[in-house]
Amino acid sequence: MNTLDWIILLGTMIGIAALGTWRTRHVHSLNTYLKGNQSTSWATIGISVMATQASAITFLSIPGQGFESGIGFVQNYFGLPLALIIVCALFLPIYRRLGVYTAYEYLGQRFDAKTRLLSAGLFLVQRGLATGVTIYAPAIILSAVLGWRLDLTIICTGLLVIIYTVTGGSAAVNLTQRWQMGVIFGGMVTAFIVLLMKLPPGLGFAGAAHVAGAMDKLQAVDFSFNPDRRYTIWTGMLGGTFLMLSYFGTDQSQVQRYIGGAALREGRLGLMFNALLKIPMQFSILLLGALVFVFYQFEEPPVFFNQAEWRQHEQGANGAKFKALDERFNMAFTENQAKIRAWLAARSSHDVVAEAAARTAMVDSQKSLQSIRTEAKAALVADDPRAKTKDSDYVFITFILDYLPHGAIGLLVAVMIAAALGSKAGELNALGTTTTIDLWRHFRPLAAHDEARNVRVAKWFTAFWGFFAIGFALYASFAENLIEAINILGSIFYGVVLGIFLVAFFLKRVGGTAVFWAAVAAQVLVFVLFFSLKISYLWYNLIGCGACVLFSLILQIAIGLREPHAETTSNS
Amino acid sequence: MKPAPPDPHHSDETPGVPGFRTWRGIYVFVFVCFVAVVVLLALFSRYFA
Repeated sequence: MNTLDWIILLGTMIGIAALGTWRTRHVHSLNTYLKGNQSTSWATIGISVMATQASAITFLSIPGQGFESGIGFVQNYFGLPLALIIVCALFLPIYRRLGVYTAYEYLGQRFDAKTRLLSAGLFLVQRGLATGVTIYAPAIILSAVLGWRLDLTIICTGLLVIIYTVTGGSAAVNLTQRWQMGVIFGGMVTAFIVLLMKLPPGLGFAGAAHVAGAMDKLQAVDFSFNPDRRYTIWTGMLGGTFLMLSYFGTDQSQVQRYIGGAALREGRLGLMFNALLKIPMQFSILLLGALVFVFYQFEEPPVFFNQAEWRQHEQGANGAKFKALDERFNMAFTENQAKIRAWLAARSSHDVVAEAAARTAMVDSQKSLQSIRTEAKAALVADDPRAKTKDSDYVFITFILDYLPHGAIGLLVAVMIAAALGSKAGELNALGTTTTIDLWRHFRPLAAHDEARNVRVAKWFTAFWGFFAIGFALYASFAENLIEAINILGSIFYGVVLGIFLVAFFLKRVGGTAVFWAAVAAQVLVFVLFFSLKISYLWYNLIGCGACVLFSLILQIAIGLREPHAETTSNS
Repeated sequence: MKPAPPDPHHSDETPGVPGFRTWRGIYVFVFVCFVAVVVLLALFSRYFA
C-alpha cells in the first residue's frame, strides 16, 4: 500500500466515524439512543440491516468460497426472502405495537421473567462471542498480508467503532452504516471492473464464465437429496428459512435495526429491500470469486495463498520440500494453461468431439493442479501440526494487492474495514441494549424512570461489550475453523430461540413454565444430535425450533391448558 | 383549515409504493421475484455447465 492507498483508507474510515460521532453527539433520549431517529427512512433501515449482516468475512471469505468451491453457497440464502416476509407480516407489527426495545422484552410480557432472561442470555453469549470473531477474523487476514501488527489492528478498529457507537447509539450506527455500505458497493464494483479488464484479451465475461462452468464452479442450484451435502436447494429453503427467521426475527442485532423509524411501513420496506437484493448481492460476490479463479488460470497463482505462512516454512529446515512443491506447481500450471487454451480453441471450432476430448484433458489437468495444492497443505501440517491450512480467505485479498492499481487497493482494504466496523457497530449496539433493558432494568426496576441514567448505563454497557470483543479477539487463541464453529454455534442456539418466539406468537394457550422447560429440553436434544449425527448444521435450526414447539405443547397439555394470552401495549 | 394529521394505523396498512395497494401484494411480488431468481440461477448454471 502506498500513500494514496493510506489516504483513501484512513480518510474514508476515520471520516465516516467522525461524521457519525459529530452528528449524533447530542443524543439524550433513550428512545433515539436505542432505536435511532424517529425520522429514519426505509432506505436507511434497509441498508443498516444489510450492513449488520455483511461482515468483513463476507467480502474476504465469500470470494474465496467462490474460488474454491464455486457459487453453490448462494443457496444458503434461499430461505431469506420467505423469512423476511414472515418477519414483516408477523414479528415486526407485534414489536411495534408493544413498543419494546428488545425482542426478549416481548417474551417477558408474553411469558415470564425467566423465559425473557433465558433468551436474552442465549443471545448475549452467542452474539458476544461472535462479536469477538467479527473483529478478529478480518484483522488476522489483513495483518498477515499487509504486515500490520495484529494487536494494533484489532485495537484500532475496535476503538474506532466503540467511539461512535457509544456516543450516538443506534442513530450513529444507522448513519455510519449508510456511508460504509457506499464504500463497500463502490469498492466491489471497482474490483469487478478491474477483474474483467485483467482477463486475457478476447476471453471476456462469457468466455470466463464458460471456463468456470467447465471447472464446475458455477453450479448455483443443487437439487440433490443427499443429507451429507452442506448446501442444496433443500437445506437452503428449509434450514435456511429457519436460520434466517431466527436471525432476522429474534436476534436483537437485527431487530434493533428495523423496529425504529417513523412508521411500521419504513421497517417493512427496509426488510423487503433486503429480501429482493440479498441473493443477487451474494451471487455477485461468489461470482467474483469464480472469476478470480478463472483469472488465476491465466496468471500464475501461489501454490498456497497465505504466503506469509508458506514463506515461513519455505525458509525453515524443510525448505527444500516446499521449493520442490513450488516448482512442480509451476510446471502443472503451465500445462493446465495450455489445456485451457486448447479447450477454448476446440470450443470455438464447433467440433463437438474435439471439444469433449479437450474438456476432459483440461479437467484432468485441473485435478493435477489441485492435488499439488492439497499436497502442499499436507506438507505444511507435516512440518508443523499447528499450521493453518485454510487459504481460501486469502485469495481475494491477494488478488487485490497483486493486481489492483494503487488507490483501488486502499478502497478495497477500506471495504473490508468498513464491513467489519458496520457489523460490529450493529452488534455492540444490540448487546448494550439487551444488557440495559433485559438485565439491568430487570434487576433495577426503580431506575427505569430516570431516562438520563438509562442512556448513561446503555453507553457504559455498549463500551463494556466493545472492550470485551477486543479482549476476546486479542487473547483468545482461535483455531482456523473457529469462524465456522461460531456459525455452527449460532445454528445450535437459534432454532430453540425461534421456537420460543413461535410458541409466543401462535400458541396462545402455552405459558411461561412450559415453554421455558421445553426450550431447555430442546436445547439438550440439539446438543445430543449435534454430537451424534453428521448432517448439515442448517438442519439444527429446524430441529431445535420444531422440538421446542412440540415439547411446549406436550408440557402445557400435561400441566393443563391455560386461558389464551392477550397482548397489551407497553413501554417498559 | 389545517389538514388532518396522517393516521399512523392507516399509513401502516397501505405500503405507499406505486402499483401496490396492499402489503400482501408486496409480499407476493417479492416471492415471485425470488422464484424468478432461483430459476435464472438454475438456467445460468445449466448454460455455463
